[in-house]
Amino acid sequence: MLRQGLPLMFIAVSALSALAAHAEDRLLLKSVNVDLPIGDRMFEGPGSDVANNNCLACHSAGMVLFQPALSQAQWHAEVEKMRTAYKAPIDPKDVDTIVAYLVSIRGAK
Amino acid sequence: METTLLARHAQPFASRREFLGTAGAATLALAPLPAFADSTIRLPLPGGPDERSITTAFPEKGALILQRTRPPLLETPFEVFDGSVFTPNDRFYVRWHWALVPTQVDITTFRLTVHGHVNQNLSLTLDDLRALPGVELAAINQCSGNSRGYFQPRVPGAQWSHGAMGNARWTGVRLMDVLDHAGVKAGAVQVRFNGMDEPVVPDAPDFMKSLAIDHVRDGEVMLAYGMNGAQLPLLNGFPLRLIVPGWYSTYWVKMLNDIEVLDRPDNNFWMATAYTIPDTPHASVRPGETGFKSVPISRMVPRSFITNIKAGDTLTLGASTLARGIAFGGDSGVSRVDFSSDGGKSWQQTELGKDEGKYSFRQWQTRFVVPSRGSQVLMVRCTSTSGETQPATPYWNPSGFMLNVIEQTPVVAA
Repeated sequence: MLRQGLPLMFIAVSALSALAAHAEDRLLLKSVNVDLPIGDRMFEGPGSDVANNNCLACHSAGMVLFQPALSQAQWHAEVEKMRTAYKAPIDPKDVDTIVAYLVSIRGAK
Repeated sequence: METTLLARHAQPFASRREFLGTAGAATLALAPLPAFADSTIRLPLPGGPDERSITTAFPEKGALILQRTRPPLLETPFEVFDGSVFTPNDRFYVRWHWALVPTQVDITTFRLTVHGHVNQNLSLTLDDLRALPGVELAAINQCSGNSRGYFQPRVPGAQWSHGAMGNARWTGVRLMDVLDHAGVKAGAVQVRFNGMDEPVVPDAPDFMKSLAIDHVRDGEVMLAYGMNGAQLPLLNGFPLRLIVPGWYSTYWVKMLNDIEVLDRPDNNFWMATAYTIPDTPHASVRPGETGFKSVPISRMVPRSFITNIKAGDTLTLGASTLARGIAFGGDSGVSRVDFSSDGGKSWQQTELGKDEGKYSFRQWQTRFVVPSRGSQVLMVRCTSTSGETQPATPYWNPSGFMLNVIEQTPVVAA
């Protein structure tokens, strides 16, 4: 079993560390510490406050702004998916306001 | 060195509030356009919006198409695919579901846990894993929704062009070798994979995917710590990623740190609801159709692309012209790639490049003479070794998955 083999493995690893030539053909892994951009793009225009307040905690605005023109029913389904499936803390009484804003910016004619 | 991951596990709720607070503060002060937008690109998505920024703001990453900053959705610009059948790590596309992606990973404290319906739970370091027999495999990682932006009627979701895919040489160990050490008990049904990313909202469904036990026994499913000879970029799943050759990327769990053997089917949201397709031929339904049964998405289907000629290019009438590109069979190899310079009326078989394995991109090339002056449509069509070929008209499903119609490249002969 692997677990029983662990002490042996550690010995093998320390012994190998002396053999530089052998280490070279082995991929060297290094710890990583990075920063990720948070995303500064916002919803704009009349009615955008409700979208900025409800949507941006979980995701930045870009992907929403890149959606094709969607119907009122499609936008409603998207907002309800965020609320029910993805548990976004959206007050149910804000749903229609958010949908109306999304239809105003990316609504199907 | 303590990782943020461990810190967050110690105080998950405090860290979530902190994240929410940071995002909220940022929304008040900043300019409407990304400050790191270096340039823009137009993706010819029908009806638009078609403009995207090219970003170089992400760690270990070069220039990529910005589809969303947080959680990151970054697309590979298509010209990258003309360079090599292997996609460079710094240009490889990125897709995360939840915004809490650990930004620090310490290789000395990282552990992969194996538990559930097994004889013995395991907690493995990267060195423990690397003591197992090493394997290497070339395989394409393609998002289920790659090319979603070309669906007509359009569908909601990430509006990708064709760059939510990449091909790499993966280095790692066989999943079965790890499971054999834990000892899978009789009655195991599926194996569930979970990574270190977490939802911002605590009760939102953690991203987890499962494979049937018979699938993981096939010996091809891997745990990879190497990608094209280097460690994985953090955004592609450092330090460990599940590799499921021939299957869509949704199963290729990134920052994999938890494997659970299940004695029952996994009904979690990401298996039962998300990433499902119509259980119909070619997963195709009519727009607006309802009442069909859905099943989890699985294997990929054949695709091919011209990489050296762009839509709108002008070609010289009567001159011998080189066309080349990439193709893949899906979950089998490339049998043949055919090319048409007359909008699909006639086809010529192309010459295939080096075979890097059945799960890899395969380069193809051919020479042709544009038949007549004016507008022409170039096409390329892949047939897999299992005899599957690309359709002339697109299949459609409401999630925008599995697009594999024969691509058309309009050019002008002058």
